[in-house]
Amino acid sequence: MILDPKIPSGPVEGKWDRHRFEMKLVNPANKRRFDVIVVGSGLAGGSAAATLAELGYQVQCFCYQDSARRAHSIAAQGGINAAKNYQNDGDSIWRLFYDTVKGGDFRSREANVHRLAQVSVNIIDQCVAQGVPFAREYGGMLDNRSFGGAQVSRTFYARGQTGQQLMLGTYQALSRQVAAGKVQMVPRTEMLDLVVIGGRARGIVTRDMVSGEIRSWSADAVVLATGGYSNVFFLSTNATGCNATAIWRAHRRGALFANPCYTQIHPTCIPQHGDYQSKLTLMSESLRNDGRIWVPIKQGDARIATEIPETERDYYLERRYPACGNLVPRDIASRAAKIVCDDGKGVGHGGRGVYLDFSDAIQRLGRPAIEQKYGNLFEMYERITGENPYEVPMRIYPAPHYTMGGLWVDYNLMSTIEGLYVIGEANFSDHGANRLGASALMQGLADGYFVLPYTIGDYLARHMGEERIAADHAGCREVEQEVSERIQRLLSTTGKRTVDSLHRELGHICWEQCGMSRNAHGLQEAIGQIQALREEYWDSVTVPGSGEELNQSLEKAGRVADYFELAELMCRDALHREESCGTHFREEYQTPEGEALRDDKHYSYVAAWEFGGSGGEPVLHKEPLEFDNVPPTQRSYK
Amino acid sequence: MRLTLHVWRQKNHDAQGRFVTYSMADASPAMSFLELLDVLNEQLTERGEEPIAFEHDCREGICGSCGVMINGRAHGPEKGTATCQLHMRKFKDGEVIRVEPWRSKAFPVIKDLVVDRAPFDKIVQAGGFISVNAGGAPEANLIPIPKPTAEKAMDAAECIGCGACVAQCPNGAAQLFTAAKVSHLALLPQGQPERTRRVQKMVDEMESYFGSCTNFQECEAVCPKGISIEFIARMNRDYLRGSI
Ligand SMILES: Cc1cc2nc3c(=O)[nH]c(=O)nc-3n(C[C@H](O)[C@H](O)[C@H](O)COP(=O)(O)OP(=O)(O)OC[C@H]3O[C@@H](n4cnc5c(N)ncnc54)[C@H](O)[C@@H]3O)c2cc1C
Ligand code: FES
Repeated sequence: MILDPKIPSGPVEGKWDRHRFEMKLVNPANKRRFDVIVVGSGLAGGSAAATLAELGYQVQCFCYQDSARRAHSIAAQGGINAAKNYQNDGDSIWRLFYDTVKGGDFRSREANVHRLAQVSVNIIDQCVAQGVPFAREYGGMLDNRSFGGAQVSRTFYARGQTGQQLMLGTYQALSRQVAAGKVQMVPRTEMLDLVVIGGRARGIVTRDMVSGEIRSWSADAVVLATGGYSNVFFLSTNATGCNATAIWRAHRRGALFANPCYTQIHPTCIPQHGDYQSKLTLMSESLRNDGRIWVPIKQGDARIATEIPETERDYYLERRYPACGNLVPRDIASRAAKIVCDDGKGVGHGGRGVYLDFSDAIQRLGRPAIEQKYGNLFEMYERITGENPYEVPMRIYPAPHYTMGGLWVDYNLMSTIEGLYVIGEANFSDHGANRLGASALMQGLADGYFVLPYTIGDYLARHMGEERIAADHAGCREVEQEVSERIQRLLSTTGKRTVDSLHRELGHICWEQCGMSRNAHGLQEAIGQIQALREEYWDSVTVPGSGEELNQSLEKAGRVADYFELAELMCRDALHREESCGTHFREEYQTPEGEALRDDKHYSYVAAWEFGGSGGEPVLHKEPLEFDNVPPTQRSYK
Repeated sequence: MRLTLHVWRQKNHDAQGRFVTYSMADASPAMSFLELLDVLNEQLTERGEEPIAFEHDCREGICGSCGVMINGRAHGPEKGTATCQLHMRKFKDGEVIRVEPWRSKAFPVIKDLVVDRAPFDKIVQAGGFISVNAGGAPEANLIPIPKPTAEKAMDAAECIGCGACVAQCPNGAAQLFTAAKVSHLALLPQGQPERTRRVQKMVDEMESYFGSCTNFQECEAVCPKGISIEFIARMNRDYLRGSI
């Protein structure tokens, strides 16, 4: 298989404009003849579905929640980046491009990243026009903040609910098209497989989550916008329903999976407090602007935080990174927390936590100033932990948060299956080995509003006049049959263990061996453990109820079965990449100071894996990466 | 903690529902209310019984998926808190807790604690948007919006669409939900061109599903986002203005 990223030629600044001109267009009158399936109604899927409908295509949009508005994008807190340079602090498209390529530790595609930076400015215009109530200054202009260690203030935000507000903008645009009859919204419906006929994506097979009906939907193109796979770790900051089923099923049907081992662990989450815990809660990264991170110098120090004198505290980020201090990028902050906890200095439940202390900031700025800035976050923390962060330091610990890996796509966002597009967190495209804060919302909306609606036209135009397959085509029936059999198999298992208990165990293996730091021995062990547990899964799981009703155990069981397969690929990818880059930290490859050591000579490529059949070995394909504009350097935050 | 739960169980929309009593011996005060249900569900599953169906997703109080009546109050005893953010330390050891689905004719039960809130989507589809196509937007800073106006619009826009307002209302009215969306858009300059048409269409759509508002104000009391009923007055004003 030849992996052709289809990057347009010419200087990076001009690629997108030229490409837009060179792509084929679909005549306005012909657009309504095309049906497009969009799976997912988050920022990526919702914006794509609405925009395609505005252009005139017929769209069917699916989500597993009861309403399109509840997609996981709604939970994003911090903000969205755009190169508007409203603060006149030297920002530009080029700088956003540069920062994103560097932040991704030189493992992303320059052309995609530049396009992302370019359209970022249109996103803000679009959202404001939709009525997104971004924060403003007294003069009425849009406010910005600096986020995630950026040197410029380019982050737009709406209180601590940026994702919610952008999501509602998208949902409103989508609702308008539903009312206009251009989008058929199909909620409470899960995509369980992809229909590929003659090498092209022709439809999907779904399960109605209320009636249990399995059926096919056919279309001229299929777009997957189903989000990330952090829930492979069981405990993550993602919504409990987030799943990899759609992309994994597509992978099994021929779509290559790129860089599965690039998973981001967010440094500021509320630590786990019990074995029954169902998810981890993110505390906005902005807290690091004023909070100081420390642990006791003495191992196993059981004193309460306020009784530990200054001289017996280790402000380890300030010590190791004097220039950036507490504001080092996410991957570095997370790893540093793990190191001190592994060293027996962690605090709280199981010694898995570090302090985030506001006492200095409260002394310096006064409590009202802190309340004004972080009041709602402090409240949330207290609600969850029962502790008052104005009086005792917060405890935080890293948690799985975002997945840079995903289905491989070319510059047009098309996967290796013709006619199958992948957008948003579900693809691998823009963030390399590490995503910068406030860039995921930007990418989802860029893909959905401004990139896919153009590139999909080029594909459709080339298939103008061809006959669409019917939903009762033998190819669809076959896939329906396979889906039904798999469901039957899950329902007829005779084990005793709950899906969650097995998922927890899988998550634990991934977290220990393929989390914040990895090594060859651990990864090899993990692969064996995952395989064994996967075998056990099909024998020992119990799924109560039937397939013809709302059955949440069955939904989970299917998703976890896919996670078992994905987890193994994740470990294999991490094992094969014998270097450290971004969030992928291999203990064998580090500088004497303990920083990530990249190996550009051997690993400057995208690892795209081809499914090797059930139980078979996946096949590696490489897309070499070239850096003509941002020469690779070692990231240094000292 | 020891707790006794009376939980509404209903196989499907057409089946007869009833309360089933469960006792839990090992609840922890640090658990969230949904984690309590998770633990109960694990126990039920291990015993070969069907777990309790309930809706949830983000578990951060923002997606609006979750929501049950807890001792007769939507989202339970803690003010400004969605069910997923409610923690067991708000309950006493030995307490008896009654758990029911949202109670409203417009939200039929699908199974156990899960209800159908589709009419909310219909209200937004009726006009809860600004008609602007992707690509057609002017430069974002072209129209300054005074900070207090933007803040007020944001106060309204915080609605998570959970349906607690309807569930708690003795009339099963959806005024607070509808008013939040109407006001969010009516406050902004971008929302002006469609302001009158929007409110009329949305209110008419709302009335085809939900009861009438007679100012009980229970909606505001249970709203996890503290949306103010002041927005209902604003919506009524706009609606009347459009009718003359
Ligand atoms: C707590 C938190 C805070 C964050 N904060 C920020 C931030 O401040 N800034 C930032 O830039 N990014 C942030 N992120 C990341 C960002 O929110 C996500 O990466 C982004 O929203 C993903 O959008 P999406 O449209 O790709 O997917 P999602 O929003 O996850 O949408 C997925 C959609 O697919 C549907 N779906 C999934 N599987 C199926 C299936 N099998 N069948 C049918 N439908 C399916 C779902 O129903 C949903 O509609 C945050 C993430 C988290 C977890
Ligand atoms: S689960 Fe999302 S608001 Fe409660």
